[in-house]
Amino acid sequence: MPAVSSSDKVLSYEKVAESVKRAQYAVRGEIYLAASERIKKGEKVIFTNVGNPHGLGQKPLTFPRQVMALLTAPFLLDDPRTATMFPADAITRAKTYLANIKGGVGAYSDSVGNPYIRDEVAQFIQARDGHAADPERIFLTNGASEAVRTLLRTLIRGHMDGVMVPVPQYPLYSASIALYDGCFVGYELDESTGWGLDLVKTKASLDAARARGLCVRGLVFINPGNPTGQCLSRADVEALVRFCFDNRLVLMADEVYQENVYRSRHPFTSAKKVMCELGEPYTSGLELVSFHTVSKGVYGECGLRGGYMEMCNFDPRTVEEIYKICSINLSPNVPGQVAVGLMCNPPRRGDPSFDSFMAEKAELLASLKRRARLLTDAFNSLEGVSCQETEGALYSFPQITLPPAAVAAARAAGKAPDVFYCLALLSETGLSTVPGSGFGQAEGTFHFRTTILPAEADMGEVVELFKRFHKGFVQRYSGPVAKL
Amino acid sequence: MNKRVTQTSYAVRGRVLDASMRIQARMADGHKYPFDQIIALNIGNPQALEQPPLTFNRQVLSLCMYPQLLDTAPPGLFDPEAVERARKYVKCTSGGMGVYTNSQGMQSVREEVAAFIAQRDGHPARADRVFLTNGASEGVKLLMQCMLREMADGHADGMLTPIPQYPLYSATLTLLGGRLVPYHLVEGRNWGVSIEELRESLAVARDDDGVCVRGICIINPGNPTGSVLTEEQIADIIRLAVEENLVVIADEVYQANVWQQERPFVSFKKVACDLGYTAEPGDHRLQLVSFHSTSKGYMGECGVRGGYMELHGISDDIKAQLYKLASLSLCSNTAGQVMMGLMVNPPKEGDKSHALFAKERDAILDSMFRRAKLLSDALNTLEGVSCNSVDGALYAFPTITLSKKARDIAKERGIPADEYYCLEMLERAGIIFVPGSGFGQAHGTYHFRTTFLPPENKFPIMLERIKAGHASFMKDHA
Repeated sequence: MPAVSSSDKVLSYEKVAESVKRAQYAVRGEIYLAASERIKKGEKVIFTNVGNPHGLGQKPLTFPRQVMALLTAPFLLDDPRTATMFPADAITRAKTYLANIKGGVGAYSDSVGNPYIRDEVAQFIQARDGHAADPERIFLTNGASEAVRTLLRTLIRGHMDGVMVPVPQYPLYSASIALYDGCFVGYELDESTGWGLDLVKTKASLDAARARGLCVRGLVFINPGNPTGQCLSRADVEALVRFCFDNRLVLMADEVYQENVYRSRHPFTSAKKVMCELGEPYTSGLELVSFHTVSKGVYGECGLRGGYMEMCNFDPRTVEEIYKICSINLSPNVPGQVAVGLMCNPPRRGDPSFDSFMAEKAELLASLKRRARLLTDAFNSLEGVSCQETEGALYSFPQITLPPAAVAAARAAGKAPDVFYCLALLSETGLSTVPGSGFGQAEGTFHFRTTILPAEADMGEVVELFKRFHKGFVQRYSGPVAKL
Repeated sequence: MNKRVTQTSYAVRGRVLDASMRIQARMADGHKYPFDQIIALNIGNPQALEQPPLTFNRQVLSLCMYPQLLDTAPPGLFDPEAVERARKYVKCTSGGMGVYTNSQGMQSVREEVAAFIAQRDGHPARADRVFLTNGASEGVKLLMQCMLREMADGHADGMLTPIPQYPLYSATLTLLGGRLVPYHLVEGRNWGVSIEELRESLAVARDDDGVCVRGICIINPGNPTGSVLTEEQIADIIRLAVEENLVVIADEVYQANVWQQERPFVSFKKVACDLGYTAEPGDHRLQLVSFHSTSKGYMGECGVRGGYMELHGISDDIKAQLYKLASLSLCSNTAGQVMMGLMVNPPKEGDKSHALFAKERDAILDSMFRRAKLLSDALNTLEGVSCNSVDGALYAFPTITLSKKARDIAKERGIPADEYYCLEMLERAGIIFVPGSGFGQAHGTYHFRTTFLPPENKFPIMLERIKAGHASFMKDHA
């Protein structure tokens, strides 16, 4: 039989779609893969590379899981013992879902999600913002990521279409834009003002892109920020709303961390609320899509893959097309949809589970707030490390000043300096982080992202490990004769 | 808007379904129709049509969702083996159902999948060659995204796609800018594959149209056709793929739905290995990717979106690209992953939980067998309708001869004639069929696809309505 060389194969690397090769996603990139190898060898790894709370010991909230258990095994609802094992409101809720989800969790739902649950989402949005939300414009998806990708796929017509994305950004955006052959148009956030919006720079990026002949069609902002952890001021959100309307950009509001806010300097205000309150022409003129998920907040239900997008002022024909794309995968997973419903419609005052539910939430939020503080302070205590406050989200994104010898060593090893640093950090401490180059950063600066998620009991060790490593690393590359 | 988005169409949820939703809304408003309820025969969605889930599976999943129950549930409420199984899955996720798993899916479930494949085929399978996805559909999209290149000169990569086909393939090809290279299944030979036809299609695409044909999609058992390939046919296709350098995409999601014994299901993987294409390191002669799902078979767990794909003969650098794509959404949903583990590793003979499991499974499969026959027999009694035997899958795909009058009305309306028939049947009988034009068919022929999934006790009414609706249609269009 004739031998077929690797490059003769039909699906040889040479013949993989270029767009796929271009897409990079550092969150599960080089450092993570190296960490996985360590695990295989039985070496310890502390995964702080991805916002995966339950993987680091965070417990799920009780009420939603009770409802999901009952909904998944409806025979329980007919068993008299169930009333002694589950609170009455969880039982009622499960029964309500069963009555409103044909076929329970086992059947394909409507392609954009079960209507009853989309109604729960609409009511949540309304209660949050004080403005009406249309359930017909709310699409449920397998996590917010899927919604983002569907939107980008629709928005990007070809390689001359650009989408503005903050720098630093969560690399789902850069990867998806590459995947769909679009153009990434970065607009830098200002580290010196706690990663605030710099409208002048943002406008300059847009103008430069358009001058290059690009059709810039959308702008993403992540609030609270990932990896940056800032909460935008209301003024900044207003500015973005105006900017996008004035410059004919679809505003994509990634608000998945809206329930992770630790400082009241800038409480969370949704883009939707701001748009509705700025009045015309913005209220009915801005094309806005907002994203949310069950993966973050205090739910941390990453594995369930529950998310949604809300579209405002979209051409109804576009909405139809997006519906059509969603229908190719038949329906989003139903347990994830239920999780979204439970997040948007939690126990109310007076319900049996209300007090314990609120207590669980409060405790988790307080703990996250403490850990955010701890890490920010720990990083800032080190020479050569400076860290903006983690006001929100689940990450710390310190800037590290690397000695020139370290930079040289990195380049000699064919690695970006922050990748080199993070690989050394992993190798010496087992801490798996994501280098700043995976998110984008101002030229000549280096960062890395870590989550604030290790259990409070473990935080001391994490901080110690890091401090020891960093001091050692700097020392190693700072001597007059720096060792390579 | 992206042009390919607007060009993409997916008939399973198309105009007939839209019309049914309008009727549903009007019925809710009090409008009267000649039926009291619409019967949805358009989609393979068993549990929406009262098929019960398997007890063991739901016990395990429920316990995984609320692990406190593992230690606090009163004895006898849950099967102890279900408890044990759930404990194992919770442990394997290292944090429970709320964790992002490995982007390929949980190691333990992939090991269960590999063991299942090896057991089924008698050839080894490896967990690291398995990807768990949100339904098989997501895996197909992932693979095709990787494969289909966009050329600057306008040339497109193509995939050999059966006609008729499940429109996931045509829709995904359009969306990704690929070319659908059709090969017609032969209705007269029970929708069998003709190698001559395959070669012909390939030649036309390459020589006349300049398409670089990258692979061939096969659906076995077939959707919408219900046909099952013989081992020889599978072997012929594999040999062709090797000869012509085509990646084989084997959609085998209906492998547990086989209704006759003459052609049992045999996997592409098995035949490939039997033929010696064992994909040892360095053996790149055959590249095969096989798909399976929790949505069909006897489980019908559509809503949890459980699926897998198994790579065979795919090199590590490609796998790395697939991994990277999968990692953009981090991982597939954990409920689907657990359900997949339960599908490929059900209670075994000797387990205490086996008796109930087998009873439930057999009840569903036996009933499906009866319903498949009931429906195809009934369809064959309809004027102008002729149905091939339903050898596998969950559908009947009869051909229908439509009068000139009917065809003219359709033409006037600007819709395919079989879509017109389906819209009429919806109005007259409250039945949702999917027009054959949504799947592709030989020019000048008309078909419709129907499932046989309503519960057996609804069959008499359903068949009555189909017969009456059809008769009235035929009368009005004579």
